[in-house]
Amino acid sequence: MMNNSEHILAVAFQLTQLLVVVLAAPLLTGWVNQCQAWLQNRSGAGLLQPYRVLHKLFHKDAVIAHNASWLFRITPYIVFGCMWLAAAIIPIIAVDLPFSQAADVIALVGVFALARVFIALAAMDIGTSFGTLGARREMLVSFLAEPALLMVLFTASMISHSTQLPRIVEALAHHQFVLYPSLAFAALAFVIVLLAENARIPVDNPATHLELTMIHEAMILEYSARHLALIEWASSLKLFAYISIGIALFLPHGIAEVGNWAGLPLAIALLLLKLTVAGAALAVLETLMAKMRIFRAPEFLGTAFLLAVLGLLIHFLLGA
Amino acid sequence: MDIVGVLPLDMAGAVIVLWLMLGLLGLAAQRTPKFIHDVIFPLGAVGALALAGIGLWALGVTPNIAVLPLGLPDLPLHLRLDPLSAFFLILLGGASFGVSLFSAGYFRGMAGATLGLLCFQYHLFLAGMTLVLLADDAYMFMVAWEVMALSSYFLVTTDHHVPDIRKAGFLYLLIAHVGAIAILLSFGVMQGGHGIAAYTFDAMRAAQLTPFWASAAFLLALFGFGAKAGVLPLHVWLPEAHPAAPSPVSALMSGVMLKTAIYGILRVTFDLLDTQLWWWGVLALALGLITAVFGVMFAAVQGDMKRLLAYSSIENIGLLLVGIGLTLIFHVYGKDALAALSLTATLYHSLNHAFFKSLLFVGTGTILHATGERNMGRLGGLIHHMPWASVLMLVGVLAIAGLPPLNGFVSEWLLLQAFLLSPGLPNSYINMLVPVAAAVIALAAALAAYVMVKFYGVIFLGQRREEGLEHAHDAGIPERVGMAWLALGCVALGLAPVFVVGQIDHVSQMLLGTALGNAAEGWMFLTPVDTERASYSPLYFLLAVLGVMLVTALAVHRFYHGRLRRGPAWDCGFPAQTARMQDTAEGFGQPIRRIFEPFFKIENELPTPFDTHPKYHGRSDDKLWFYLYLPIRHLTEKLSGWVSLLQHGRIHLYLTYTFVTLVVLLAFV
Repeated sequence: MMNNSEHILAVAFQLTQLLVVVLAAPLLTGWVNQCQAWLQNRSGAGLLQPYRVLHKLFHKDAVIAHNASWLFRITPYIVFGCMWLAAAIIPIIAVDLPFSQAADVIALVGVFALARVFIALAAMDIGTSFGTLGARREMLVSFLAEPALLMVLFTASMISHSTQLPRIVEALAHHQFVLYPSLAFAALAFVIVLLAENARIPVDNPATHLELTMIHEAMILEYSARHLALIEWASSLKLFAYISIGIALFLPHGIAEVGNWAGLPLAIALLLLKLTVAGAALAVLETLMAKMRIFRAPEFLGTAFLLAVLGLLIHFLLGA
Repeated sequence: MDIVGVLPLDMAGAVIVLWLMLGLLGLAAQRTPKFIHDVIFPLGAVGALALAGIGLWALGVTPNIAVLPLGLPDLPLHLRLDPLSAFFLILLGGASFGVSLFSAGYFRGMAGATLGLLCFQYHLFLAGMTLVLLADDAYMFMVAWEVMALSSYFLVTTDHHVPDIRKAGFLYLLIAHVGAIAILLSFGVMQGGHGIAAYTFDAMRAAQLTPFWASAAFLLALFGFGAKAGVLPLHVWLPEAHPAAPSPVSALMSGVMLKTAIYGILRVTFDLLDTQLWWWGVLALALGLITAVFGVMFAAVQGDMKRLLAYSSIENIGLLLVGIGLTLIFHVYGKDALAALSLTATLYHSLNHAFFKSLLFVGTGTILHATGERNMGRLGGLIHHMPWASVLMLVGVLAIAGLPPLNGFVSEWLLLQAFLLSPGLPNSYINMLVPVAAAVIALAAALAAYVMVKFYGVIFLGQRREEGLEHAHDAGIPERVGMAWLALGCVALGLAPVFVVGQIDHVSQMLLGTALGNAAEGWMFLTPVDTERASYSPLYFLLAVLGVMLVTALAVHRFYHGRLRRGPAWDCGFPAQTARMQDTAEGFGQPIRRIFEPFFKIENELPTPFDTHPKYHGRSDDKLWFYLYLPIRHLTEKLSGWVSLLQHGRIHLYLTYTFVTLVVLLAFV
């Protein structure tokens, strides 16, 4: 059990991470975009471009459709709040985060689902053809991606005998460099889920308004100004959260233990390195692939689902 | 506990008597419909609330037993109130309190004669369900079961002048009775031919059955109760009967009556039978998984809002059966802590489903009254005209979609925890089955979110799809109160899981001999196994989300501004947007229809490019109806054709048959 001073320290850790992720998330998006620009022989807009965009959007007057209801107006706040919270409960710098006791991995999947349901409902609120099309496709993508994510997390939970993220990370970080065959399958499935859930190529394209292929962008077409800014920021947070989950599950080594102040600088440096590499890898992955037809997406995600279930089965069979 | 010498069972009996009297009063008061809906229904609701309180009281008390000197000679009626019955009484009382209050407003404007009859059947139905839960002998149980089945049949056929409703009612009656026969046979097996005295449940508990006969009893019970619950392939009556019935009746049938079948399975399997076999659990698990996925898949393609909810009930019954199967497997292998966990998840989900499904069904009633339309493709934009209904229904939708911090998430969380803790069963095949089952559950849960986004989005959001919807009126005051109670139940069950689990522990203690308990001290954290393993705190969760949202909103308005303008919708600059361009219910379900195509029988009528009045028509039907039910029907018709060869309607011919039978018998004896 923790004593009082450790408890205060843990809460301080939690609040610090809350603040750091919300400020750092757009930087990661900027880095991915910059890498993509380099890969496409463009000079790119710089790492800080997402911040400039957010600043510009927050300054503008919000314009909403005549028949937008209250649901449409509160959704950006709900989505932003959910994603912020999700990114804040994943242990990336230090293991001990008090809030992750209130929400374990299943609740984490629940937070993503909550945000998704609200944004899909908001997309249907105005009643435009693009909005409903986006909502339908988003739900189509997610009904396969969500169970796949859950299975990936379950595999990790089985190995660590816990559904709490700090315990999972602790258990996986202490296992040196043993390769779990089940985690290898899970990692593969996780990459596919990450691409799909963050509206990346080959399922969706965050940079397009090409009408027939869009999913996420179709849902948020009617948003402007601060509402749009919050949703864009939430997307950055979501990408950050997913990459954090990936790091926490598959590369947790070097994370700081409870009260280990000496290990903290190293942990932060390692984290920055991991995020940089992961962002660049995402850019490479997206550049190498082409966008697929919407009805190919279920097959693609079905593969992820099957891989994740296979991972879990392998854990049951081999115990590893 | 009984300070004044009154037992919970006596009080429950008083509520039953109150309901029967209210029903009769309703029959007598046919000339004053105002009296029926303003006085009788609210009084019935008070009775329901009292029943929930009695259940809560009885959970911690030793079982009450009563023998009523009624019924047949030498066959008195036995009643018993133990924790299992008490839990289901809470469910029954809690959900029907909201539904009865809602009915007080909903049945306004109905003709006096119909209303009087309906009031009688309604309260008889409630009394019948209560008696099913209290019965302690097979005779009493079957009588109560039939009262419940018949009163609900007449409630379903309230609008009996419509031929389709008569057909739906007949299908319901038929399957209910096929099921009842199986239940009766199951009781017959359990009493083992020991005469009338063995028809009490106590005698069945004491009976030592061989594994063969125990399995026969279990299978018959699973079939019989499964027919009532809507387990595949006996589900066909649900999507027919639920839309046919008036909405509060659908709410009671789906929210409460289906749970009496779950109660029956639990009672027979864990209480009356003294041994269980592992393969029963595997069978229940497999049936549950198939039912769950089937239900949610069909829910996704429905266009009628009540049919959609009926299929969603099938899904939830599937989930409950999965929980029962898991409990059985763990119990047989001696892992009682895990059995308690999955039983808790099952019972918790029963309670949750009673609240959110009742809420959604009465909500469809409000919409039906406001617009006269059940087809979702003709609705839309109701959030602007029905603010109360839209907010309360949103709670139900989020709860049934299994989203935190509402109640649907808690039971899903518990069930998934049970799966996660399952490794280490001695049977390796079951060990293989478990992760696959967990995956299927996750898939069904995610599809449920799809269905609910469709349900809420198409009905309440967007533009009005038809003229006249702008005149839709919101729910009346009693309707709002009833719906608010049910919505409150969804929130409370979601936020106070530790208290609910503590209550369910009494039931686990009775059925399994162990209870879940709560590993951590304090009421904030639900920790079913131990704190290191898993914990969840919905209240912290809610506070954190609300806190973060508040900080965000304040910061945005403080550092920037809150200016807002309204303009025409953007829609990529397309100006000629009409309400017809939105997705209909069919459109929204189309991807599911395409992905799961082999499971549906799909008929599409597409217009040719040269049609002057193009019409599109699509149907997705249940293949089981065509490949299972229709062949059985043809077979029955053929058999009855042969039997009719014997029948000519002449009395002397029948006398001859009697004579021949007698002669044959004499020759043998």
